[in-house]
Amino acid sequence: MEAIILQIMNGLDKGSAYALIALGLTLIFGTLGVVNFAHGALFMIGAFCAVTLNKILNLGYVTIDPTQTDFLGNPLKVKIPYVYNIFGENIGNIIIDWSVPLAILITIPIMVIIGVIMERGLIRHFYKRPHADQILVTFGLAIVLQEIIKYFYGANPIPTPAPEAFSGTFDFGKMIGLKAHSIIYPYWRMIYFIFAAVIITAIFVFLKFTTFGMVVRAGMVDRETVEILGINIDKRFTIMFGIAAAVAGLAGLMYAPIISPNYHMGMDFLVISFVVVVVGGMGSLPGAVLAGFLLGMLESFASMSVVLNILPGLNQIIVYLVAIIILLVRPRGLMGRKGVMED
Amino acid sequence: MSKNKNDVSRRKVLKGAAAGLITAGVAPTIFTKGAWAQEYRNEPKGSSVVLGFNVPQTGPYADEGADELRAYKLAVEHLNGEGDGGMLNTFSSKALKGNGILGKKVEYVTGDTQTKSDAARASARSMIEKDGAIMITGGSSSGVAVAVQALCQEAGVIFMAGLTHSNDTTGKDRKANGFRHFFNSYMTGAALAPVLKNAYGADRKAFHLTADYNWGYTTEEAVRTSTEAIGWETVGTILTPLTQTDFSSYIAQVLQSDADVLVLNHYGGNMVNSLTNAVQFGLRDRVVNGKQFEIVVPLYSRLMAKGAGENVKGIFGSTNWHWSLQDEGSKAFVKSFGTKYGFPPSQAAHTCYVQAILYADAVERAGTFNPCGVVEALEGFDFDGLGNGPTHYRAEDHQCFKDVLVVKGKENPESEFDLLEIVEVTPVDQVIYPPNHPMFGGDDVSLVGACNTGV
Repeated sequence: MEAIILQIMNGLDKGSAYALIALGLTLIFGTLGVVNFAHGALFMIGAFCAVTLNKILNLGYVTIDPTQTDFLGNPLKVKIPYVYNIFGENIGNIIIDWSVPLAILITIPIMVIIGVIMERGLIRHFYKRPHADQILVTFGLAIVLQEIIKYFYGANPIPTPAPEAFSGTFDFGKMIGLKAHSIIYPYWRMIYFIFAAVIITAIFVFLKFTTFGMVVRAGMVDRETVEILGINIDKRFTIMFGIAAAVAGLAGLMYAPIISPNYHMGMDFLVISFVVVVVGGMGSLPGAVLAGFLLGMLESFASMSVVLNILPGLNQIIVYLVAIIILLVRPRGLMGRKGVMED
Repeated sequence: MSKNKNDVSRRKVLKGAAAGLITAGVAPTIFTKGAWAQEYRNEPKGSSVVLGFNVPQTGPYADEGADELRAYKLAVEHLNGEGDGGMLNTFSSKALKGNGILGKKVEYVTGDTQTKSDAARASARSMIEKDGAIMITGGSSSGVAVAVQALCQEAGVIFMAGLTHSNDTTGKDRKANGFRHFFNSYMTGAALAPVLKNAYGADRKAFHLTADYNWGYTTEEAVRTSTEAIGWETVGTILTPLTQTDFSSYIAQVLQSDADVLVLNHYGGNMVNSLTNAVQFGLRDRVVNGKQFEIVVPLYSRLMAKGAGENVKGIFGSTNWHWSLQDEGSKAFVKSFGTKYGFPPSQAAHTCYVQAILYADAVERAGTFNPCGVVEALEGFDFDGLGNGPTHYRAEDHQCFKDVLVVKGKENPESEFDLLEIVEVTPVDQVIYPPNHPMFGGDDVSLVGACNTGV
């Protein structure tokens, strides 16, 4: 029982990341009709916003400590972060410790700007081109972005821990009335799940209850009519691209303490996120979210040794196996609409 | 008069047959092209000799590859008599004079393995065929090492392996033209087990998470065998996909088991993420079976340990070499490398530097670049002064035998490089094994076979 609850929680957590990326992919596909293979790179850039802020906060001046030596036997150079000078050592340490949550403040504008530049500068030139061209150009862009990150940050993962206050675990088993210590779960993973739920809800509320969102939804259904009404739908779709980029960036940023960011992490998530979009139904926002959580949980259950003892290797193929089955039974995915990518 | 192009004359048939015979019988195969006038493949005729450095320049191990390349460049400098000479000053063999190899200036070409076997073979092939490389060296993966070693055997050039830890490289996939200085999974298990017994006792229950590829299998087998021999029980093992990034669903099963030790048979990004996840789930704070829960990482790399940050503190593992060693060879290498690049070398850099020096020295002692002469010079070669103490290149399998370092993540690092501390130098006698050991292919591969000169 405890094992199943723990795997459900892991699945929800993993599914949160899939759902956030897939949501952004679907927003872009639904509004602009573009299959954006660079979306995983946006997730990765979000994680590197946390790395960058951490590095900025750790910038400092060098002093010599004559009592210690470096690896060559020379007096040790010690770096004192500037934040110590500005805020004092204690508060400076707290600020550095909280660099991941603080990075939310810079990640949103950075990702929106990157999204808008990507859309206006490159992707809009491919709206009327075949999907194959769009895939090629966005995939190429993804490789360029990850090579830029590798150039500046190297190929090795960079540890980006959560704030000390959230780096431990809590006794979820005791909380739900089970035996104490039967289900131990990390705080940060729970925060990630709650964060994802808030973002997903916010996107749906934004699209459902604001005038801007209503116009965007109308544009997704019938772009020409909205344009005839004199609404600049292109501008709104560009903003939606920026919002989708910000969602991917925030998903990556908050994931940084879970796996140490590296330049390739976007590609690792991209493939599975596309499967999520296809399983959920191309263009369907609820479908993307539903499929994200569903595949996250299935992946977790398929990793259990009781399952692997019966079906070895299932953990490596479960996502694709389920995708094949769902597409055979429901060719448009779980919540796909008729006519999307069918012309 | 038009002529039907399908017409076949007797003259045409004879011409075609003659051309076919020439092509089939006399024309060179891909690896003998241009080798007729030579005693052996890529025999250097001019005043220089070309070495091929095949390292990961792109992909997940690019940083490790960059460090390997730095070490090779340093080795070339020292071989050509430039710089401070590094470990040439401490090397027990005095055959090298700092005037290149056999008086020929050392030049090099580089290839990008991308940590993919097919890409590594293609880059090695290109360096051999197009650039005339007489020796190929480098790499950061056992899959790549095994693939390139087989290619070099076929081509008739020497392969001096870089970072490769799988038993198979000098086990069932050993080749006469291939040599490994780096230690292996068996040695890791043999060195770690006694230290683990001292630290954690003989009554332990271990759970293994193992990367689902060749290196993972051999490491799990070696560590399982050696820890079970000291009394530990293995209560669970799971193979994890190489592409896995989030290990939470596997860690959850460790939490649900009665294991009190987790062994992470992972390397690189896998190790960083699985260790980070294990610490996140509070494994190190747990008490199971009345004992403190412990984590073991059999193969450590300082570059990789850096990615795991604080999570490596207090965790045991093994390494081939560490910059904090205080023997004269290590100090000379660290000084030379650190002065040139501003940071200490990694174990990958060390093994690559040493392999380049050992190859050059073998050529000098053999008096020829002929691969069979080099093989003879390296087989059974005893040396010292290259950072690992007295070392023996065993003739039967071309594996180096030397002391093995057991290390632990440092609790209070003094610098960003100060991540591991050496807790024991395990004597070579404790990690040696017969060449026909079952983990190394048994009697089927008890001999490395014949060397190949490529002509």
